[in-house]
Amino acid sequence: MKPVTPTITPDMVRQHGMTLEEFRRIQDLLGRAPNVTELGIFSVMWSEHCSYKSSRYYLKKLPTEGPRVLQGPGENAGVVDIGDGMAVVFKIESHNHPSFIEPRQGAATGVGGILRDIFTMGARPIALMNSLRFGAADHPRTRFLVNGVVDGISNYGNCTGVPTVGGEIYFDPCYNGNILVNVFCLGLVPSDKIFLGNASGVGNPVIYFGSKTGRDGIHGASMASSEFDESSEEKRPTVQVGDPFAEKLLIEACLELMNEDWVVGIQDMGAAGLTCSTFEMAGRGGTGIDLELSRVPKREEGMTPYDILLSESQERMLVVVHKGMEEEALALFHKWDLDAAIVGEVTDKPVVRIFENGNEVVNLPVELVVDGALDLKRPTKKPGYLQKVDHVNLADVPDLARGDETLKKLLASPNIANKHWVYEQYDHMVRLNTLGLPGSDAAVLRVKGTKKALALSVDCNSRYCYLDPFHGAQIAVAECVRNIVCSGGGPIGLTNCLNFGNPEKPEIMWQFEQAVSGMGEACKFFNIPVVSGNVSLYNETIGEAIYPTPTVAVVGLLEDRTYHTTQWFKEEGDLVGLIGLTMEELGGSEYLSVMCERVEGKPPYLDLPLARTINNLCLSLIKDGLAVSAHDCSEGGLGVALAESCISHPHAPTGAVLDVESTIRNDACLFGESQSRILVSFSAESRTAVEEKAKAVGVPFKVIGKVGGDSLVVNVNGEEFINEEVSHLKKLWMGALESYVR
Amino acid sequence: MNCGVVVFPGSNCDHDCFHILKHVFKLHTEWIWHKGDMDLSRFDLIVLPGGFSYGDYLRAGAIAQFSTVMKDVIRFAESGGRVLGICNGFQVLVEAKLLPGALIQNNTQKFICKTVPVRVENTSTAFTGECAGESVLNIPIAHHQGSYFIDPDGLRQLEENRQVVFRYCGPSGEVTDEFNPNGSVGNIAGIINEAGNVMGLMPHPERCADPAWPNLDGQLIFKSIIKSLQSGVSA
Repeated sequence: MKPVTPTITPDMVRQHGMTLEEFRRIQDLLGRAPNVTELGIFSVMWSEHCSYKSSRYYLKKLPTEGPRVLQGPGENAGVVDIGDGMAVVFKIESHNHPSFIEPRQGAATGVGGILRDIFTMGARPIALMNSLRFGAADHPRTRFLVNGVVDGISNYGNCTGVPTVGGEIYFDPCYNGNILVNVFCLGLVPSDKIFLGNASGVGNPVIYFGSKTGRDGIHGASMASSEFDESSEEKRPTVQVGDPFAEKLLIEACLELMNEDWVVGIQDMGAAGLTCSTFEMAGRGGTGIDLELSRVPKREEGMTPYDILLSESQERMLVVVHKGMEEEALALFHKWDLDAAIVGEVTDKPVVRIFENGNEVVNLPVELVVDGALDLKRPTKKPGYLQKVDHVNLADVPDLARGDETLKKLLASPNIANKHWVYEQYDHMVRLNTLGLPGSDAAVLRVKGTKKALALSVDCNSRYCYLDPFHGAQIAVAECVRNIVCSGGGPIGLTNCLNFGNPEKPEIMWQFEQAVSGMGEACKFFNIPVVSGNVSLYNETIGEAIYPTPTVAVVGLLEDRTYHTTQWFKEEGDLVGLIGLTMEELGGSEYLSVMCERVEGKPPYLDLPLARTINNLCLSLIKDGLAVSAHDCSEGGLGVALAESCISHPHAPTGAVLDVESTIRNDACLFGESQSRILVSFSAESRTAVEEKAKAVGVPFKVIGKVGGDSLVVNVNGEEFINEEVSHLKKLWMGALESYVR
Repeated sequence: MNCGVVVFPGSNCDHDCFHILKHVFKLHTEWIWHKGDMDLSRFDLIVLPGGFSYGDYLRAGAIAQFSTVMKDVIRFAESGGRVLGICNGFQVLVEAKLLPGALIQNNTQKFICKTVPVRVENTSTAFTGECAGESVLNIPIAHHQGSYFIDPDGLRQLEENRQVVFRYCGPSGEVTDEFNPNGSVGNIAGIINEAGNVMGLMPHPERCADPAWPNLDGQLIFKSIIKSLQSGVSA
């Protein structure tokens, strides 16, 4: 082997974000000391981001199988069958650290990365969503970050021609020093045309295509695997720069390539770049790869093997094609004006050998690099803060005599306010599938050539997870499912993005363990397989962790697209019914946070069997054509859900008059966040049928009022509690975010 | 009737236009690749679709005007062929000087995607014959550089020749600043050339022409084109 650079010192090991214990493990297993390039490879492949070393043990608790699952976790994305010879490919992924340092490029390349995960598998990406979490609205950096992130997503997604159809945005001081940018993508693929990332067939050529390799993003994966400190700003050069035009060409070229029978295996170069795709493809194929770096298309002169292997330049792919097909493949890439070169071939022995002008610079066993990281079972400990916050004394929260002011304040608060300022910057219509535009419970997309449609939602109330990670994660799943149900679909698969603090702290690992257990239990209960996901740890700045944020995205199927239902009231004279039980639960509520600045209490109780029965009832009301609107009660409770049903109509808002009977506090009745409640509306003639259906399944159900008029009027036990003109409410709700962000 | 949809690298509404022409209106429709040296004379209609041709680097449509296919499109247009440019297609037509004026950054400095009302200003064109006089259509826009600009002389000429085909307006057709989404001069959303065979517009009629949606306003434009071609009336 060519002598490379100096011997490795403990300092170098630390600079690579590795422990000396890990370094010793490499030496022991390798039987020699690695050279610097090899150390670089280990540092990224064994980083938390790539190896899941802290989380892998717990992730086994998630259910990943089901009759529709064609591909579970472990590949670039999960695949779920939807019938008619079609399948959906989807995944959610974080780009938190880069987006905090450089919001525009960080968010843009997050979109780029998740898109590649989808089309790599042969699927045409048809929808993007995102879950964004920023610091407090009054934090000096928040507006800059919101504008940058939204601009980045808008620019990248729009240019690639994939619609951004939904998402969520939250503001909370816990994200002041560490925002979250989680991006979801879904693609459609013929179920017998799924491509995997494996390198098999000894002698088959390995082709690099896409953009050239530059020095950007070196060690991005390692950056994502450590906390932020005062010097994080200096990490800006480790954030990659995206080129959505190149991505668009990649999408079209890949899909055209996959129409042919040339491809053996294909993978994008994401975190840890060429290194990761080479080792992972060999790992899945049970083979080795010989790679010649001088053939890699490069952006600049003088790049070392270390630079080339660890670069995270964007919009690059690696494909193994059948021997003899390489010229055809290269011609196809050149048609799309993409750089492409044969850079290596598949070998028999499970070893990756990397050469520079024929000199061997890396020689590593595949398994050691891919699976060699220690499976850490890190210690866990229940955090002390819970003792202080897991109860709320309502004695010092005076109940409300009237709810008008509270309702208005909630509607204008950044977490509840309408998000049109954001989604109008995203092309959410391109590709002509978006039946349900942003602004209802779930996005709904038709599946061309079939009767079917897909419903998509992304959710997590991290305040609940902070107060009780187990139940908080369950609620995230339940709410996401409810959003799908309210739109007329049944859940068929889930992907998660688990955002937590520093796993080396036992308290953080406890949150993680609890949340994953809760999520696993809820998924098993609802019978939803978790088919893909991403873990983002070290979301801390100067020792301050974010709230545990196990974001989930659920994909639902509408067997018939005519089941598509929206949240807003439709006709004057329709009746309004509430399915589910309202209890005196204010713990963790938006109400307590916005009105009293308190984050306390237990999250609302989630009765999983009741949730399931209510979902089934709601779906059957929709399928029978009884319910004409359905809306989930979440942040802001019944009061906000009623207001949204009145004012979210894309054209004219409509009023409603409600009479609520209550034995609990007024604030809990209207603004508490009791779970599993759905607001439905239906014609007066359907009343008996609806009531009978609810009675038959034994679910709490009450007709609480009627659609009509120009005002939202809510009487509690016969006394007027809210009376506001809907046009005024709509103005507040529509304008709040825009006037803040501008 | 033969339709061609041009595919530039970065076009992304090409599939949508193709879908509407081929699957909704059942017209013979072909792709036209940007590198091709193609005889376009067999086509009756060429559509330049929306998207980000060549990444829209430099300026929207600025690079596309130099592509091989545009030489053929210009020749096609000059010999009287019908050309419809939607969004990025409109930007390309302007850059290629097939239509006057320029499309600059929205005055909001943001990308805007939403359905807006537009008033049909001239229903005697080959692209709008099926739109009732002065009617208001609801059509989505989705652009970042969609603010139409032209100098006062140019504007006067456009108005005199009745080349302004669409204007952004309110729900009842009121053409005011309040209903101008992007700062376009005179609320202009779409124009036609003097010869009447080349039209460009920023709104996307193909996004409201599929019966899967309740709004089918965009169909009027496609129906107008079909009818005028079928009746053999030259533009």
